[in-house]
Amino acid sequence: MKAITVRYFAMFREHAGVDEESLRIDASTAADVFAATQHRHGSSEPSGHCKVAINDVMADWDSPVSDGDTVLLFPPVAGG
Amino acid sequence: MIAITTNTIDPDHLRRELFDAGAGAYCSFEGWIRNENEGQSVLRLEYEAYEPLALTEGEKILAEAQRQFPYLHAHCVHRTGMLEIGECAVWVGVSSAHRDEAFQACRYIIDQLKVRLPIWKKEHYVDGHSGWVNCERCAKSA
Repeated sequence: MKAITVRYFAMFREHAGVDEESLRIDASTAADVFAATQHRHGSSEPSGHCKVAINDVMADWDSPVSDGDTVLLFPPVAGG
Repeated sequence: MIAITTNTIDPDHLRRELFDAGAGAYCSFEGWIRNENEGQSVLRLEYEAYEPLALTEGEKILAEAQRQFPYLHAHCVHRTGMLEIGECAVWVGVSSAHRDEAFQACRYIIDQLKVRLPIWKKEHYVDGHSGWVNCERCAKSA
């Protein structure tokens, strides 16, 4: 089990009802963290449309996560 | 340079910052808030950004544009907060020796920032509802 802080933005924040939360989960990758949060909050956005960052650095869904990491979950972006 | 701001974008002021004695061309793009999207009447738009990564990713885009279309100066400013119809949400300006670089760099920067910057917009509709806008091109490229 790893202690992971998850930060939510835009629609993910509204689904979760919080800006961030600390989870203790069995996760190897960013994708595992995303899946755990989706299960936790009952959402179903495909990860392919979304982006992820770990400790303020853009990452891939198969990037490994470590105990103490902060994972930022970005729903589909729409600037401009 | 890229900036995220809650203040009104002033294109005339931003344009002057790109002046250069070696520049023979200047190209800019302004993204405006319009009153309709996918058949729904829009009252206003609300933008949210994660500024630390929007700035680092934006600087990467400017550097990529510089390598591909060498320009003299390029600036980009994106608004956050609540914007009314007709307001400028994003501004990109490029000055260069010749027009090709200015056109192409400007196009590259706006196209890339729309799909890469952690920025989201929520439409508030005339009927009182609201909804987050999904970037169509992001979904297609995923």
